[in-house]
Amino acid sequence: MTTTLTPPTTGGGLAGVPLALSPTNRKDFVSDQEVRWCPGCGDYAVLAAFQSLMPQLGVRRENTVIISGIGCSSRFPYYLDTYGMHSIHGRAPSIATGLAMSRPDLAVWVVTGDGDALSIGGNHLIHALRRNTNITILLFNNRIYGLTKGQYSPTSESGKVTKSTPAGSVDRPFNPVALALGAEATFVARTVDSDRAHLTEVMTRAVQHRGASLVEIYQNCPIFNDGVFDGLKAPGSPSVIPLRRGEPVTFAGGTRSVVRDAVTGRLSVVPTDEVGGRTVVVHDEHDDDVAQAVALASLTDSQGLSQSPIGIFRDVDRPVHDDAARAQVRMPQADERIAHLQSLVTGHDTWDA
Amino acid sequence: MTTTQLDRVVIRFAGDSGDGMQLTGDRFTADAAAIGNDFATLPNFPAEIRAPQGTIAGVSSFQLHFADDDIRTPGDRPDVLVAMNPASLKANIADLRRDGILIVDTHDFTKRNLARVGYATDPLTDGSLDDHELHAVDLTGLATAAVAQFELGRKDAARSKNMVALGLLTWLFSRPTEPTLAFLDRKFGRSPLIRDANRAAYLAGYHYGETTEDFTVRYEVRRAPLPAGTYRQITGNKALALGLMAGAAKAGLPLYLGAYPITPASDVLHELSRHKDHGVMTFQAEDEIAAIGAALGASYGGHLGATVTSGPGMALKSEFISLALMLEQPLVVVDVQRAGPSTGMPTKTEQADLLQSVFGRHGEAPVPVLAAQSPGDCFDVAVEATRIALTYRTPVIVLSDGYLANGAEPWRVPDLAAMPPIDPAFATEPNGPDGKFLPYLRDEKLARPLAVPGTPGLENRIGGIEKADGTGNISYDPANHEAMVRLRQAKVDGIADSIPDLVVDDPSGEADVLVIGWGSTWGPIGATARRVRRRGRKVATVHLRHVNPLPRNLGAILRSYGRVIAPEMNLGQLALLLRARFLADVETYSRVRGLPISPSEFEADLLDIIDGKDFR
Repeated sequence: MTTTLTPPTTGGGLAGVPLALSPTNRKDFVSDQEVRWCPGCGDYAVLAAFQSLMPQLGVRRENTVIISGIGCSSRFPYYLDTYGMHSIHGRAPSIATGLAMSRPDLAVWVVTGDGDALSIGGNHLIHALRRNTNITILLFNNRIYGLTKGQYSPTSESGKVTKSTPAGSVDRPFNPVALALGAEATFVARTVDSDRAHLTEVMTRAVQHRGASLVEIYQNCPIFNDGVFDGLKAPGSPSVIPLRRGEPVTFAGGTRSVVRDAVTGRLSVVPTDEVGGRTVVVHDEHDDDVAQAVALASLTDSQGLSQSPIGIFRDVDRPVHDDAARAQVRMPQADERIAHLQSLVTGHDTWDA
Repeated sequence: MTTTQLDRVVIRFAGDSGDGMQLTGDRFTADAAAIGNDFATLPNFPAEIRAPQGTIAGVSSFQLHFADDDIRTPGDRPDVLVAMNPASLKANIADLRRDGILIVDTHDFTKRNLARVGYATDPLTDGSLDDHELHAVDLTGLATAAVAQFELGRKDAARSKNMVALGLLTWLFSRPTEPTLAFLDRKFGRSPLIRDANRAAYLAGYHYGETTEDFTVRYEVRRAPLPAGTYRQITGNKALALGLMAGAAKAGLPLYLGAYPITPASDVLHELSRHKDHGVMTFQAEDEIAAIGAALGASYGGHLGATVTSGPGMALKSEFISLALMLEQPLVVVDVQRAGPSTGMPTKTEQADLLQSVFGRHGEAPVPVLAAQSPGDCFDVAVEATRIALTYRTPVIVLSDGYLANGAEPWRVPDLAAMPPIDPAFATEPNGPDGKFLPYLRDEKLARPLAVPGTPGLENRIGGIEKADGTGNISYDPANHEAMVRLRQAKVDGIADSIPDLVVDDPSGEADVLVIGWGSTWGPIGATARRVRRRGRKVATVHLRHVNPLPRNLGAILRSYGRVIAPEMNLGQLALLLRARFLADVETYSRVRGLPISPSEFEADLLDIIDGKDFR
């Protein structure tokens, strides 16, 4: 609960969360439970990065809470020696919302997957993002249902052959980043499980953002969808469009550029030596207008991942839902609370018998 | 002019849903309260906000029963009916008792309007109302004339006809005009024109009664001798909101309500949203599921978490209720029942969510269930739910219904300081060997310790997946699962140790027939039992507030009567439950019309039952 002394805190998303009195290390965040993901699962990499990140953030273990839904990734909280809740399918954002509203002194993380967040829990995800509650959502996207043994997911490509789609999926996949931006989420990023440094940087920025943060993590499932991100993971992959704040958006070793059509405003990819008089897009995470972030997200080839922007799409300040909710609430002093309530319970129109 | 003393009167105001009948009824009720009458009310309105004007579907009514003695129900057959148009006359006339007073606004009795609701001839003149004391008055015309001095449009002028009706009734029942005039000043203080028009219309109605020779008798109902105390008027939804606040305050916790708008529960959300200066946080969620999810999140954060809904919302919340009981996390879930299934009749009452509440979940999922028996009792039940939720670390379901939610009664204001405190007993220290914290190490009540996030040294993980007792770690061990299933059941069963024995109302001590009820049938059952006893028969009654677990002495009570009758606004859900639990021959008395059980109808049937005849 609340501590008597006001402890030092950082700003932004972690404002109000007390810092550890003495430095912590990675091991402090490792629980005594045996990790039971499949060998080679991308979840291991995310867990390791997360456990290493925690001491760097400096917040107290007891003030860190991880809420998960259902799916392979949702076992995450059991492997961290913090507070945690493994809840029900798709609903983690709702629990996190109530927790964040009631407790500004907690760093609240949501760990979810593509099925959990985008299929059964899609409604909660968009509303958490719309409200801008101060929570950090890590969306492990492996483009498949793993725990239920290999059905297609809302991010699986069309034509995907799985146990439930032996003739190929006829659905079209979601682009999670575009979905989040469509809900006008204030922090949206995409990263990859195998890039430890980028993953750590993005998660750090996400938790330090005040408001709802969504991090899509491309995560490999070695059993049911092995290698779907391999094209993006090769060193210097020409498919990755790196987004760096203030820099022109170019990729494939600078040979390709993203330009804006002067008339339609549409973004397209052209060979850099053919840019000519056109404007190469300069990435601005802090752009108040969501349009360019959406346009960049739309460069994602959600079908075959032949190209995908990676990085922080958007990071803007907006009023924060739980801060505003708390600002409306006043708790009377303990000694006056009952008397205050008694006058409300009694009301104005009484009579004596 | 003579004034006749009456011991009780049932009045029904009926009009178009835009005619202000609920406001008129509320105001007349407030006057009954101010005089010190006992009373009970039954608002009855369509779900449509503005149903087509002048149609049966658009009729809205408000019934008030007030008396100089203790009463239990809003009554069934009105003594007085005020009908503001042909549709409301048609929809309500069958209920008016013979020789009852019928006041009709003649203004809308045109050929077209009559034909629209199926009257071939004008009932005001064709003799069909001869069994009643008919007063045909152009209330709308009186209203228009009274407000002519104010520059209102014709429509606005006509709208004050409900005030004319209220003024006339105020005169007829010998009441002072000051309280309503003061009320109008308060309500319309910011728009003097509307205030003055309403005052003028109200007084016009009052003076019409005084000057016309149409009425030969005035009536008076004296104050009722209620137990000593300070009283106020209260509806069930308001009492529920205040009860949740009181429970949280007695536990020293902030209150967090997650809710999604649904009839007839929304007023609890509205009421609590007004009291943020009492440490109440409310959250209108994106859906019923998120509403309970957020409440559970706040509960995890150390607040008293609560959610309110009605039947369809309960169905959506059931997975979360199962999670809460699996986590063993406190939560109060309120179901203000309405007529179902599916959308059913959202503004009408029913008691058909009993089995959904007791059994409607996946897996072995025991949850305590409480039921409020009167509008004021909603307060006590909310406090009791808080006690059980926090003491036993469990979700608790509170059942109210549309009748209790919107109905009003006098309520003796409780002394909050005198109510016992509730100890949430959050864990602050490790409880296991080696300084570890075991989140599922149980106390003698089988309740687990609750460590609120932020408590150093007690970091732990909880989840919906089966867990090892003690550590809470994931466990698929067969013996552990069986032990946990039985532990969760035993914990909820054990709550019976903390609830009082039932007291049977059997004045003669010689009754052979026991009437058992739960929830809002308390009023009709009590009223019926009195009538039956006045007719020289013997009958016992007993009422359940704790529906799960049931009180310890219930089995013995059931076995000590020859016949047991369970009246319910469903097809016999309590009877099914009691038969299963006690192998007792409980008979169902069932009415599912979206209305409370009628005491006069039940009286006739109960007399037959006691006399050994068959009943429907």
